[in-house]
Amino acid sequence: MDTKNKLEKNSLMKEALFQLKGNKPAIVGFVIIVSFIIMAFFSPFLTPFEPETQDISIRKMAPFISSHILGTDDLGRDLLTRIIYGSRISLTIGTISVGISLTFGLLIGLISGYFGGWVDRIIMRFIDIMLAFPYILLTIVIVALLGPSLINAMIAIGISQIPSYARVVRASVLAEKENDYVMAERSLGASDKELMFKSILPNCIAPIFVQATLGVGNAILSSAALSFLGLGAQPPTPEWGLMIASSREFVTSAWWIVTFPGIAVLLTVLGFNLLADGLRDVLDPRMKS
Amino acid sequence: MIKYILKRLSLLVPTLFGVITLVFFMIALAPGDPARVMLGERANAQAVEKLRHELGLDKPLLTQYGLYLKRVVKLDLGKSIKTGQKVSEEIRDHFPATIELAIWAMIFSTIVGIFIGVLSAIKKNSWIDFGSMATALVGVSMPVFWLALVFIMIFSVKLDLFPTGGRMNIRFYFTPITGLYVLDGLIILFKSGDSSIILSALHHMVLPAIALGTIPLAIIARITRSSMLEVLNQDYIKTARSAGIKERRVIYRYALKNALLPIITVIGLQFGLLLSGAILTETVFAWPGLGKWLYHAIESRDYPAVQGGIIVISTTFVLINLVVDILYSVVNPKIRLS
Repeated sequence: MDTKNKLEKNSLMKEALFQLKGNKPAIVGFVIIVSFIIMAFFSPFLTPFEPETQDISIRKMAPFISSHILGTDDLGRDLLTRIIYGSRISLTIGTISVGISLTFGLLIGLISGYFGGWVDRIIMRFIDIMLAFPYILLTIVIVALLGPSLINAMIAIGISQIPSYARVVRASVLAEKENDYVMAERSLGASDKELMFKSILPNCIAPIFVQATLGVGNAILSSAALSFLGLGAQPPTPEWGLMIASSREFVTSAWWIVTFPGIAVLLTVLGFNLLADGLRDVLDPRMKS
Repeated sequence: MIKYILKRLSLLVPTLFGVITLVFFMIALAPGDPARVMLGERANAQAVEKLRHELGLDKPLLTQYGLYLKRVVKLDLGKSIKTGQKVSEEIRDHFPATIELAIWAMIFSTIVGIFIGVLSAIKKNSWIDFGSMATALVGVSMPVFWLALVFIMIFSVKLDLFPTGGRMNIRFYFTPITGLYVLDGLIILFKSGDSSIILSALHHMVLPAIALGTIPLAIIARITRSSMLEVLNQDYIKTARSAGIKERRVIYRYALKNALLPIITVIGLQFGLLLSGAILTETVFAWPGLGKWLYHAIESRDYPAVQGGIIVISTTFVLINLVVDILYSVVNPKIRLS
């Protein structure tokens, strides 16, 4: 029974991967993401410069004319180097905050959907209240209360995304638990815990996976926004949003300091959005248009 | 119908109560003493104690909560610590700017978004379709504040077409009537034939509205496309076509009308989000709205102002969602029956 299950799952995964191969936007997204991951891992090998070393003698150097390919910023730091190192920060924020929302969202959604009744009602009421706060506002408030820092930004982004994960999980648990196999396993004496985590959860993974992929992109956008408002990373961290924020005074004099960090955010988020779109098409046939 | 609306309205009270409660406890239980934070690290203990007393922070938490609820029900949001003014008055002064910006951003994104979505659906799989959907995807992947800066760089600094910020040329002084400057300008134009106010207001509106409207525009375009594709596949459209009805009429009169349902929901949801998204756009464009005001309140740890601002924005958000839900049930009877 178990091996058969595994085989079936494997072939499903294979089929999904095969379909994903035919999905051009998803491949583009995947390539973008992998490139940024490589950038993050091998940052020191990709650039001869240091991200935080200042050199006033070469400040605001224009791009494409020297060894500083994307130019330098107002303190003479190499812009490309800062963008490369910035990928470490953005990907970390993306992964950790999605990790936070995923862990709690999964647990809450699973409990709420599985047990139903008053447990479900109380949890959903609370989730509704959290959803009554516009997402970015909730994030800003949490981080403002905890104090501005990169770690707090991750926590805030993670917390404010919990409700949407909980909802997605709950919806698929509700649909899944009516299936015959759940009844069958229950009648064979499976405990609640076994049913929740071993039987139902693995079958709800698809929509959660899509949501998490989208979530990484969203988290990167939010962290850039928080840093832009001075609530996230603090100088001289090479965080993309912070780089855009500190470039504000140079809109009249040095376009590259404004432009390139924004393109880095845009590309990364685009990568995750493309991949998520592709995953949704493959994993969730109902969503296909 | 009325039963459905009443049911939705009855849910509103506990939600708002929950919002107020959550805001109160989030701020009350946040690490650090608000009085100490407000006065700075070097303030002497006596001053801190005095402020704590003034703010009622020396009372037990539940008493504070009860007092707070009592005040909020009477629409008294307390006094701003920074300015000493009533929070409700400050919000009243800043809200119209945000509403006006959000309305124009929404008008822009709805018109352009539906147009692009319909076009993509009709020309499915053409280069127009791929091009606009790719652009839409780029649109949702962009940091809004960055786009705003790029706009300023290109259209204000380089081409000198639009102002870099503000709501109005400071040379024109006038007493706001509604607080919505374009509307005020229109009223003045009718009253005295002076067009300078409305022109200046519109001129200042263009860049912020487009920047703020970009994400909703992209989302509306994507939803319109998929909703239209679904409807266009249905039999009655084929029947209409085979009956020889003009294509334009089939699309706008028969298809779009039915495709509008999900679009309405998205528009409503986006409008609510715009109010809070404005915090970034307003900061970049020096737009004197609620978002920028709230940002400064957060920056200076002006807790009564922060509490009031969040409550007002969230309440507006909840109310807009409610209106959307009701509208939706009016056009789609299936919802209220289930």
